[in-house]
Amino acid sequence: MKPTDPAIVWLEEKPLGLAERLYLPLFVQGLTTTARHLVSPKVTVSFPEERPRVGNPLIYRGVHRLNKDAQGRVQCVACFLCATACPAHCIDIVAAESPWPDREKYPESFQIDELRCIFCGMCEEACPVDAIELTSLLDLTGRSREEMIFDKEKLLSVYDMTKDAEPMSSAGLSGGSAHAHAGPQVSGSQGGAP
Amino acid sequence: MPQVIVDGQEIEIGAHERLNCIEAARRAGKEIPHYCWHPGLSVVASCRMCLIETGQRDAATGRIAMVPKLVPGCQTPVKDGTVIVTESALVKESRARVEEALLIDHPIDCPICDKAGECLLQDYHFEHGQPQRRADLQPFHSRRRDVGPTVTLFVDRCIMCTRCVRFTREVSGTGELMVTSRGAKEEIDSFPGFPLDNKLAGHVVDLCPVGALGDRDFLYQQRVWFLKHEANVCGGCATGCSIITEHNQDTVYRLKPRENPHVNKWWMCDEGRYGWHHLHDPARLLSAERRTAPDRSGAAWQTIDWPEVVDRLRSDLAAAGGLAVAVSPMLTVEEAWMLCAVARSIDPAAFLAVGHVPRQGSDETFPGGFTIRAEKCPNRHGVEAVLALFDPAVPGWDDLLAHVRGGRARSAWVTAGYPAPWPAPWIDADTAAAFAGLSCLVVQDLFPSALSDQATWRLPAVGFAERAGTWVNAGHRAQCFEQAIRPPAGVWPEGRLLWNMLGRRGLYDPVAVRRQIAGAAASLAALDGDVPATGIDLRILQLASNGTPSPA
Repeated sequence: MKPTDPAIVWLEEKPLGLAERLYLPLFVQGLTTTARHLVSPKVTVSFPEERPRVGNPLIYRGVHRLNKDAQGRVQCVACFLCATACPAHCIDIVAAESPWPDREKYPESFQIDELRCIFCGMCEEACPVDAIELTSLLDLTGRSREEMIFDKEKLLSVYDMTKDAEPMSSAGLSGGSAHAHAGPQVSGSQGGAP
Repeated sequence: MPQVIVDGQEIEIGAHERLNCIEAARRAGKEIPHYCWHPGLSVVASCRMCLIETGQRDAATGRIAMVPKLVPGCQTPVKDGTVIVTESALVKESRARVEEALLIDHPIDCPICDKAGECLLQDYHFEHGQPQRRADLQPFHSRRRDVGPTVTLFVDRCIMCTRCVRFTREVSGTGELMVTSRGAKEEIDSFPGFPLDNKLAGHVVDLCPVGALGDRDFLYQQRVWFLKHEANVCGGCATGCSIITEHNQDTVYRLKPRENPHVNKWWMCDEGRYGWHHLHDPARLLSAERRTAPDRSGAAWQTIDWPEVVDRLRSDLAAAGGLAVAVSPMLTVEEAWMLCAVARSIDPAAFLAVGHVPRQGSDETFPGGFTIRAEKCPNRHGVEAVLALFDPAVPGWDDLLAHVRGGRARSAWVTAGYPAPWPAPWIDADTAAAFAGLSCLVVQDLFPSALSDQATWRLPAVGFAERAGTWVNAGHRAQCFEQAIRPPAGVWPEGRLLWNMLGRRGLYDPVAVRRQIAGAAASLAALDGDVPATGIDLRILQLASNGTPSPA
């Protein structure tokens, strides 16, 4: 964008008023904030002994999961839209003709490099069948880089681990349970790395 | 010159040109959307997407009289004074209605459709369609059936443009495809017992403007928007079709024909289309190796680093002397010229011959004018033109064999690079035995063969998409192309090795070599300067000059 772009709105800094020039009122205002936090309830938790409270797990952006349809098959249709949307290029899919008569295409392999991922949630946004979702699992650990590349089985197992606490945001295209917006009745993660 | 008025813009067309409104509008930079019309096929005007307003300007008075109804642009020829209106409200409304009608029962399974991203239905709907769907149908699934061994049909995605049917009737001349049923139940199908199995069958997938016809070789391999495109030339036969190599991360995924009125028009054959798999064959030679036992008895090979190959290859061949070189017709003009120059610098009396020219069957011409050549190599004419600069006799492969069998050679350098899935190996053990008595044999090939078993040096070659340079096809048309993908790790293309063996600095520059050859040889002088994407006829500058300048 050039400085001459008409979309740019140029703002002038306001001149200082009397209160700003006196300095003292702002000083008092700052100290008041400090004092208020001294007496207000603590928000810091001593992770990992204590679990942080996740506000709304349905919109939290943690570890990915691959959803299953009503028959327990992977919901993903291998359209590559998540891999296309991914700014970190961390999704690697190998597509194939599906072995099921009612589906045309499915992912033979589906890998996410969790170390490369920036947890922006674009894959979830892009997915046309709500197959990939970000869970509220936030502690992601591993001993090697290879361990942090999650394959299809692992991503499906994350779904099994989190499906009760965090229902799928839609029933998808191939049927399944009704629309489930359960709201934030779940707090925290299930503990431990997935 | 006849004048045509496109949206108020006056353009001139050739006096004897026969253009329709789509072509005339394209000259003015206006794209009229169309599905069923293709420049290489007959006109049916059935899709109704190219409906436009036309009129005629009276030459005497300048008054314009418009046709009251919309007319299909593909079927309406232009003449002097024709007025074309492509962007009126009436035309736009018509396009939106056509799009809506096509999409009423078109399955919206774009996420799993291989055509998504290069689909005319998507593009035109985005540009000309209406934002809201009025029909309450939400079709998602498409029935699928195979119409041939390489092509699969997604029945419900079809918009009945019948390009594929016309192609099999007019270009391949085999007519396997037909339209069954009538009205809304129309479907494409193959005649019972006649599957779509001809040598141009893969082309119906390119012609299909939507995702109805799928190439089973490419199906679900890659989304099209990941593919990178490189203008290339097919190395499958002497026709030398202009192609586009579509690749990603140094892997070829498919080849498509590139329009070239002088060579292949819009078409290419299936042999060429699927003839890239050898590039990714794990059996390929991948490193420069030298036999450890000097008498070539053992099977132990030592891998030599390329910079070292440059020196040792020269010293080995110079020590043996009596060099005979087979210049493969798979090499580019530039590589062939450098190979000859290197050979003559090692042995000033080196015997230079055209390498093995593979042939299979006889030339096959289809009703559409497309020819598949029996000569299964892309550059025999180019190699012969280069060799003529060094040895006016231009000996062939048989001459080389006679030369070697006659005991007149003590070392040989055989370049090959023939793709492996051949009916038979390009060289048999009996022919290879002719080279057994040499004190040094260098074989440069894509795959191990009976000849490489005899070799002192075994060098890897590269395939067509991994080269850059110029090929001269059977019609003496030279086409220049760039490298599409990098060769496998550890493989130097022939050009790079020869460039270094000539002692030239920096990266291999085929254009510099091409200019040098063009400056040195009258027969190749047409290659001087920029060569257009459709190539150039080498005979264009061949007047009476018959000079044979010495190579630099």
